[in-house]
Amino acid sequence: MKRMSKPEILHFSHAAKDYKSDVKPIWCPGCGHFGVQAALFRALAQLDLPPEQVAVISGIGCSSRLPAYTECYGFHGIHGRALPLATGLKLARPELTVIVASGDGDALSIGGNHFLHACRRDVDLTCIVMDNAVYGMTKGQPSPTTAPDWNSKIAPGGAGFNPLQPLAVALAAGASFIARGFSGDPNGIAHLLVEAIRHPGFALVQVLSPCVTYRPEEKAWKQEVHAAGPEPTADPAEAARRLFADDGLSTGIFYRGRPAPHAATTRPVSRDLTTIEAAFAL
Amino acid sequence: MSAPFSSTDAIAIAIMGSGGAGAITAGGLLLEAAGRVGWQGLMTRSVGPQIRGGEALAMVRLATSPVSAHGDRFHILLALDWENAERFVDEVPLDADSLIISDPAAGDPPATLRASGARLLPLPLDRLAESVPEGRANIVALGVLARLLALPLESLETVVVRALARKGVNAAYLRQTLAVGHDAAAGCNGFQRPLPPVSGDSGRWLLTGNEAAALGALRGGVRFAAVYPITPATDLAEWLAPRLEQVGGHLIQAEDEIAALNMALGASYGGVPALTSTSGPGLALMTETLGLAVAAEIPVVVVNVMRGGPSTGIPTKSEQSDLNIALYGLHGDAPHLVLAPTSVSDCLFTTQWAVQLAETLQCPAIVLSDQFLGQTQVACEPPPAAKPTASTRVIASVGGERYHRYALTPSGVSPMAIPGVPGRQYTADGLEHNPHGTPSSRAADHQAQLDKRRDKLLRYDYGAAWAEVEGEGEIAMLTWGSAAGPVREAAARARAQGLAVKAIALRLLAPAQPARLATLLSGVRRVLVVEQSHSQQFLGYLRAHYALPADILILNQPGPLPIRPAGVLAQLSQWK
Repeated sequence: MKRMSKPEILHFSHAAKDYKSDVKPIWCPGCGHFGVQAALFRALAQLDLPPEQVAVISGIGCSSRLPAYTECYGFHGIHGRALPLATGLKLARPELTVIVASGDGDALSIGGNHFLHACRRDVDLTCIVMDNAVYGMTKGQPSPTTAPDWNSKIAPGGAGFNPLQPLAVALAAGASFIARGFSGDPNGIAHLLVEAIRHPGFALVQVLSPCVTYRPEEKAWKQEVHAAGPEPTADPAEAARRLFADDGLSTGIFYRGRPAPHAATTRPVSRDLTTIEAAFAL
Repeated sequence: MSAPFSSTDAIAIAIMGSGGAGAITAGGLLLEAAGRVGWQGLMTRSVGPQIRGGEALAMVRLATSPVSAHGDRFHILLALDWENAERFVDEVPLDADSLIISDPAAGDPPATLRASGARLLPLPLDRLAESVPEGRANIVALGVLARLLALPLESLETVVVRALARKGVNAAYLRQTLAVGHDAAAGCNGFQRPLPPVSGDSGRWLLTGNEAAALGALRGGVRFAAVYPITPATDLAEWLAPRLEQVGGHLIQAEDEIAALNMALGASYGGVPALTSTSGPGLALMTETLGLAVAAEIPVVVVNVMRGGPSTGIPTKSEQSDLNIALYGLHGDAPHLVLAPTSVSDCLFTTQWAVQLAETLQCPAIVLSDQFLGQTQVACEPPPAAKPTASTRVIASVGGERYHRYALTPSGVSPMAIPGVPGRQYTADGLEHNPHGTPSSRAADHQAQLDKRRDKLLRYDYGAAWAEVEGEGEIAMLTWGSAAGPVREAAARARAQGLAVKAIALRLLAPAQPARLATLLSGVRRVLVVEQSHSQQFLGYLRAHYALPADILILNQPGPLPIRPAGVLAQLSQWK
């Protein structure tokens, strides 16, 4: 699990540490998000992307603090809106690598509508949803992926709502790359992220990322996670079957469909303003 | 003939008809034909709630000088039929000097219209239309109007043939139909309302305020737009979509207004000037993101085309009731720009200026247009030739030393890095931050960044464009947006009657310019405030930010009916 693949990185001009800023994370010791951070840096190094060519865009929540901890360009926006922010950036600057750092509350609750439409637009973004099934920043409320009987101050005895299945939702909404990782396996996530960033459409990487403070029982995920099926499928029906049969703890790439990304038209300038304005003259 | 309806030589014509009768088409063609001979004018449409078809009213006003408002009365009401005419009677004030043209076969005008004392000119429009193959009553009506207005028939022929021959109508028949109407009105002595010919350089532009705003955005350098459909702002985006592509930009329809503004913000963060357009309900959804643009210091422009509110309100009608949300709708202390065009054609300049200011000052700019400004079509003098603005955003260049995105500078504006530039990486943040950009909850950082964001707006020199000022006098009228039209006209009429009046329309609403207004109001003893809002939002704004003389009158009314010059004049006459 903890094997580092340093020799691999030495072939490249960028090392994982080149992507790390000097801002100290606010995350609790042992937070799963540290693993995601490490994995992201390894993936960027492996892809040898200059930090200034990468933008990490986020909303609000523990996960969304990630941009400032990178040496990339970052944008820490408002709750739930990272995906449209990233979409605008990618459409305007298609040559940049745009990565969204989000959480289960940010991406799936307040940002749920944007999540659906980001999937169907299939814009070339990599969306990391660090899923700990809890609102950590506001100190322990249930999220859209929390089990219905999880006890909390705001919902004593449990919220009573069925958790949603982010990967199945993404598949139904049209995402063309769907994967799940576990934060205790940074190399595994790094591999998923390399594939996700290379994928020229909307790539969703759900990372099971334990909240050691409000969901300490999630530490058991380390023993519970297991590899998903052998190969990702390109068939959405097969992917749906696998996802609905899944226990939510398997990791790997579930679906790699044919991307049909929305992109800004790359037609050259065909008219100047004077020509456009001439149409107003009587 | 009694006294003129206005100080100008304007002639107002209303064309009314049921769905499919072609009232709006006729109004548009009349305006275009008038523009081609050098006249100026405007056309506003009023339609029923039907998605397609339904009764319609075209309100046209023509003159040999600029027209920026509707007048007090209509000189001519031409009814293609009287179906559902009751819906529109409020919008078509007539008096004994007015003329009602209708087909006797369509029955009598409604009693409410007859009560005005207007004269009747019965013309068998339908029978005349039937005398020509493919003849239509609305084209006959245009021929009639050409005769009464002394509008050269050739001009109408040109626009009618160009517009309708495309749809497969025979050009010769169209000319014949026009001629039939023209001839039928030949004997109508005493009913003429001729406009004098215009000589000299009389090239005209024909456009709506929404088109003008979109063009202003292009001239200002906007190359990305994200929008969500909403009446009455949608046509701005529809005009922009193909033209942005033609100049190398892009427009995307977002899933909602929150996404639209965030997409625009993302593009602008990436260095591409960006815009969204919306109306009240959409602006309400955008307020949190506007605050982000303030805190993260990212330029973006929101063109808000106001409609009747609150809630869904009256989507197709104008009102100036989003002033408060535009000025004060953001949480926290969030200084930003609010601008308002003062006429339909001014939507171009004001939007272009808004882009320039937003880019220069690295903050959001709200342009408060309204349904009247946005959807009224004008034939007007061409605006000054395209002078696309060079980028005014201060960009951080490549460098090795540590970069402080939110550095404290004398102007308050700090160079903004654009992704892709090496050595300038930073994280834009809605969290309060220190000059470097690192999140901070320290009192000193909060104070310094609040000061920075305020001062950059206050220290900027906005120049004379901040307000439009006409005339001198001890009486001043203070107004903004579409209300400036009737105010300008009332001021001209007051002056003609010997009352010295100053008309001031604010184009820059935020940040307020108290010193500049104080200069304009020096020597002014009385102020009439004119606005189209039920709760006197503009008056409240003026009282909050400006020193005003004690003697103040207010003329305020909500939509949907426009403020008319006579109403303004009546207020002024109290001081005579």
